[in-house]
Amino acid sequence: MSDDSARSSETEAPESATAALIDAARRSDLGLVLGTLLAVYLVAALLTFTDGLNSVVGLMRTLTFLGLVYALAALALNLQWGYAGLFNIGVAGFMALGVYTMGIVVRSPDPAFGPPGFGLPLPVGIVAGMLVAAVVGLLAALPALRLKADYLAIVTLGISEIIRLILQSSAFDNFLRETIGAGTGGGSGMGMPRNPVRDLFLVDGQAGTPTALGDLVFGTVGESGLGIANTILIDWAYIAVLAGFVIGFFVLLERLGRSPFGRTLKAIREDELVADSLGKNVDLIKIKVFVIGCALMGLAGILWFGSQGNVSPTPQFMPVLTFYVFIAVIIGGSGSNAGAVLGGIVFATVLFEGPRRVGASLRDVIDAETPPSFADALVTLDPTAFLAFATDNIAPLQFVFLGLILVFIMHRRPDGILGDRIETAAAVDLSERPSGGETDE
Amino acid sequence: MGTTESSIVDAARGRPGLLLVAFLGGLLLVDLAAKLAGLSLGPIGGAISADRFGSNLWNGVVIGLVIGLAGIGLSMTYSILSFANFSHGDLLSTGAFTGWGVAFLIAGFGDIPVRSLLTVRDAGGATAGDIGAHILSTPVAILVGLLAAFAITAAVALALDRAFYKPMRDRDGISILIASIGAALIVRYAIQFVYGSDRRGVTASLDASNLAFAPLGLSVNAHELTIVVAALGLMLAMHFMLQRTKLGTAMRAMADNKDLALVTGIPAERVVTATWIIGGGLAGASGYLYVLLRGTIQFDFGWLLLLLIFAAVILGGIGSVYGAIAGGLVIGIVFTTSTIWIPSDFNEAAAFAVMITMLLLRPEGLFGGVSTA
Repeated sequence: MSDDSARSSETEAPESATAALIDAARRSDLGLVLGTLLAVYLVAALLTFTDGLNSVVGLMRTLTFLGLVYALAALALNLQWGYAGLFNIGVAGFMALGVYTMGIVVRSPDPAFGPPGFGLPLPVGIVAGMLVAAVVGLLAALPALRLKADYLAIVTLGISEIIRLILQSSAFDNFLRETIGAGTGGGSGMGMPRNPVRDLFLVDGQAGTPTALGDLVFGTVGESGLGIANTILIDWAYIAVLAGFVIGFFVLLERLGRSPFGRTLKAIREDELVADSLGKNVDLIKIKVFVIGCALMGLAGILWFGSQGNVSPTPQFMPVLTFYVFIAVIIGGSGSNAGAVLGGIVFATVLFEGPRRVGASLRDVIDAETPPSFADALVTLDPTAFLAFATDNIAPLQFVFLGLILVFIMHRRPDGILGDRIETAAAVDLSERPSGGETDE
Repeated sequence: MGTTESSIVDAARGRPGLLLVAFLGGLLLVDLAAKLAGLSLGPIGGAISADRFGSNLWNGVVIGLVIGLAGIGLSMTYSILSFANFSHGDLLSTGAFTGWGVAFLIAGFGDIPVRSLLTVRDAGGATAGDIGAHILSTPVAILVGLLAAFAITAAVALALDRAFYKPMRDRDGISILIASIGAALIVRYAIQFVYGSDRRGVTASLDASNLAFAPLGLSVNAHELTIVVAALGLMLAMHFMLQRTKLGTAMRAMADNKDLALVTGIPAERVVTATWIIGGGLAGASGYLYVLLRGTIQFDFGWLLLLLIFAAVILGGIGSVYGAIAGGLVIGIVFTTSTIWIPSDFNEAAAFAVMITMLLLRPEGLFGGVSTA
């Protein structure tokens, strides 16, 4: 696909500079991702520019953060589902495992600050989190991969719920405290270790004691300069780290996908029987990819929820989180890494945050009191009151909208925006035959 | 004798997992017997009253019947339409809200504003006690509500099929599964939009609503008895429909071998329509009964139950109606009796664990994968 458009654009001269730019953006996946981000920023700026620079940068921060963390999770899922066709709907559970293990390993052993941990350095915690997610993934994969795809779906959903219920349980918390001296915090969750990015700007992470770098940044664009809140600037620095991880995931998966291992994966996805009869160890390859994917989900969970201050099992790791990630992969097109990144950004900004922001802005414009319930709004027979109710209760409508999008994509574009289900498994391009060579006839 | 023994040994050798599960199950049974007898041998045994065990068992049967009833529809859609329907749980919620709206309308008509009744107390300030819906004081309202839950949910299920699933008939199971996740989101949050998101009480409490069965040491609630009677009645009706009517035969044929059924001239679309009406209707009825059991309602309770229903259906062998009923009973009993051994935080996890174990050892289920027979 991309090769074709590249070739045609070489022959036809673009009409203008902007057309050339759009053309170039369309040709490269990176351009598409950046273009989408720019469009999102433009809309965000339009929505908030009246409130000043701080709000604009703040909204952009929220959108970028969500877009990148969804991209990370979508990339990890794309490895399992897009490459190998493993329908894992336990993403939330593996993310929870990663972030909880990291928390337990890194948290201070002193029980005065909530559930005690082991007090080990952060990198150890991150590796441990990935390892635990991978090991549980292995335990789940060993037997479950023999099952049909829809059974695998139900089993992984069950595992993710078991993980959530165990983390939620105070009995398990007490058990851990008595046996290994560390706890999960049960239903109230645990605080996350301090983000090392914060230490770059603030001495010991304390507000009011900036480091040299902090002084420089806060003085130029921060509260003592352009007036952007210091916390937003620190968040932006963390976003840069996240972007690095997204690129890292992307490169890793692209290399994996082009390797002989990746070609075998795609062969399994398309036809397991053929791959099996060609002597590929289908089960072993599936287990490997499932374990790698689970480790990446654990890492995505750490980078996402580990930076949020506090984690607790019930609102954060409900199965609906898995479906969000799935929607991101489906929008982008399963099997395409660039699609997963794009899908993550589009989902988080346009579908997830967008309706809330637009609803809130609309609500401010409507001059009417919100009726207390749907029935009350209906009996007023007043469209304004009804609209006030709808914009005030935008969250459920947003989910209805998400559901419609999901069904629509499955009906009309099952391959997503950038899906490339049909791709050459061979290392050389077979579509281009050398002219003048031998023919079969 | 010798031959059977050696074949048993061989079978056990071939299935080490099965042996392990059988051993653990036996251990739990011994432990239970010791507990009931009040003996205690190291970690085994302890003390548990027969009353508590009896009431655990009874609660398990009641929940199990509701789950089994819900599982019938899920099993039917799986065997006839070949996809795991993730919107099934939200059909339970649909039935519960619409059915209770109708029941409230009959129970509280005149005294309380209609909008408060139809939205199951989302609007207005009426309490559950004001409306006074209870099987002993307003039996007609409860029964009509059950019928309404069946009818309205059947209509909703059929509408979902026409809008979402019909255009995808020839697609693979996973694509339709994903579409059903979308349908689940639509239904669940449409319910939240219309009925509100707070959990609220539904049934009124009545003095003397418990009937004691002294010899068994059981105290049975009138609502529990209603649920058992209604669920068994619906299951029996289902049984006769499947075995004695032409439609039932056609359904079993479709589930067994779709191509063969089509060649024989079975009107596939008509069977599919009937599947949605019956499966959806039973889901709505079971959601209504579940609320009668719990006494409270919340917009996402059906979704939260879905995994337990899946567990029941898988346990019985996905695709089998009788398996779904049996699986529901097992899951219900595991759900309530597991608290004897483990903290109640884990009873749901125990039910899922039973499901996963079953899938790993015997993916075809208890009834060996017999479809709708």
